[in-house]
Amino acid sequence: MKPAPFEYFAPTSVEQALALLAEHGYEAKVLAGGQSLVPMMNFRLVQPSVLVDLNSIPDLGFIQPGVDGGLRLGALTRHHQVEVDPLVAERTPLLHEAMPKIGYPQIRRRGTLGGSLAHADPSAELVAVSVALDGRFRLRSPRGERWVPATEFFVGLFTTVLDPDELLVEVELPALPARSGCSLMEVARRHHDFALVGVAAVVTLDERGACQQARLVFLSAGDRPMQAHRAAEALRGQAPTPDAIRAAAEIAASNEIDPSSDIHATADFRRHLAKVLALRALEQACRRAAGKE
Amino acid sequence: MAITEPTMPKLFDLALTVNGTHHEQSVEPRVLLSDFLRHDLGLTGTHVACEHGVCGACTVLLDGEPVRSCLIFAVQAHGHSVTTVEGLGAVDRLHPVQEAFRQAHGVQCGFCTPGILTSVVPFLAENPDPSEEEIREALSGNLCRCTGYQHIVDAVKLAAQNMKAANEQPAR
Repeated sequence: MKPAPFEYFAPTSVEQALALLAEHGYEAKVLAGGQSLVPMMNFRLVQPSVLVDLNSIPDLGFIQPGVDGGLRLGALTRHHQVEVDPLVAERTPLLHEAMPKIGYPQIRRRGTLGGSLAHADPSAELVAVSVALDGRFRLRSPRGERWVPATEFFVGLFTTVLDPDELLVEVELPALPARSGCSLMEVARRHHDFALVGVAAVVTLDERGACQQARLVFLSAGDRPMQAHRAAEALRGQAPTPDAIRAAAEIAASNEIDPSSDIHATADFRRHLAKVLALRALEQACRRAAGKE
Repeated sequence: MAITEPTMPKLFDLALTVNGTHHEQSVEPRVLLSDFLRHDLGLTGTHVACEHGVCGACTVLLDGEPVRSCLIFAVQAHGHSVTTVEGLGAVDRLHPVQEAFRQAHGVQCGFCTPGILTSVVPFLAENPDPSEEEIREALSGNLCRCTGYQHIVDAVKLAAQNMKAANEQPAR
C-alpha cells in the first residue's frame, strides 16, 4: 500500500522544527530515520497529516564524550554511526553490543537512535539498553527543555512522556562504575528479526566480588521495557554464584515481566526464554565485571 | 494517481541526481523514492516487494549508503545523489560485482538481485577482503527465495577476489 497524503516540512534548525510541532500539535509526526514510521505509513496504520522531517538538521547527529566517562549522543545519530564509533565501544560496551542486533545493515544506515527511542517499541533493543544503562533524555519544546530519565520516559506500548510539541534531541549515558559488566541476549525466529524475548543485564561487583548492584531489563516482555527490580534486589550483596543467579532469573521471569502470546510464540514460551536468557546474561555480565571475559 | 483524494495535494519541487544525471520534477510528498525511481524516471531495475523494509529488493545508494528506497520519501532525496542498479554498470560493461554474479550463478529468478548488488557494492568497497560470516551478515537484509544463498555468497567471494586481483576501485 501507499501512504496517505500529508504536508511535508524539512526544517533546518531545531527551533524551526519546534515551531512546526507547536503549530500542528497532534496532527504532526516527527520523521527521523523513518525505518519504523514509514512502514506504518505504507500500511496506513498511521496517517499523519503533517510530517516534520529532521534529516536537514545537522546539529542533531553527534557522538561526544560526556562528563566523567559517559557519552552524549544526538538524537539523529544513525545506528551505523553508533555501531562503528570507537568511543561508543570504549565507553558503553552494552550499546556497542546492541547495535548489530538492530534491524538489517541497510536499516541501520538510515535508522536513528532518537527515532528508535521516541518510537518506544517494547521489542527494540535500544529502548531496553537505555533503561539498563540508566540513561537520560533531553527533551526540547518551545516552552524550554527538560531531562527525563529513561526509567520514566517509556510509559506504554509505543507511548512516551513526550508532549506533542516536544522533541527528543539528545541522549546521555552515564559511565558505569569500576568492576561493572554488561550483556545483551535475545532470541529471534530469524536472524535480525524482532526478538521474541531479550534481556540486557548490567552488574557491578564490590571489592570482594559480591554483587553491589544489578540491573536487568527485558525487551518484548511487556508493553514497555520491563525492569526486574526484585531480581536485582535479590542479587544485591550476594556472591554471584550459579544458585544466586538462577534464583534472580526465576524471580524476574516469574514475577516481573508480562509477555503476550502471538503467532510467533506463546506467553509461556516467552517466559521460559526470559528465564534462560536472564540466567545467561547475568552470568556473562558477572564474568565481564570480574574481568574474566 | 491520487485522483480519489478530496483536495489537490501540494507538490514539492524536487531536484536530485540519479546515476549521475540531474533531475527536476514536482512530486507529491507521499511518493516513495522507490516509486519515484520506477514510475517517474522509468528506472525499473529497483524492485519493490514488501514495502516495509524487510526484503531488501528496493535497496539503492543514497549518497553512497545502501538504504531502503521504500522507506524514504522521494522528497527526502532532494539535493542528494541516488545510485540504482542501472548506475552500477552497463550491459556491455558490467560492474565487477555484476560480472561475478554472472560467473558464479548468483542469480536465479533475478528479483532480489538489484537489491543485493546495491548492498554488496558498498559492502566490498568498505570491506574488500570479507570472511564468509561477514558476507552472510552483509546479505542478512536481502531475501532471496530461489537460491538458498549459497551461490550468492560464492559470487560475493568471487567479486572480492576479482576486484582484489584487478586492484580496481568499485564504481559508485
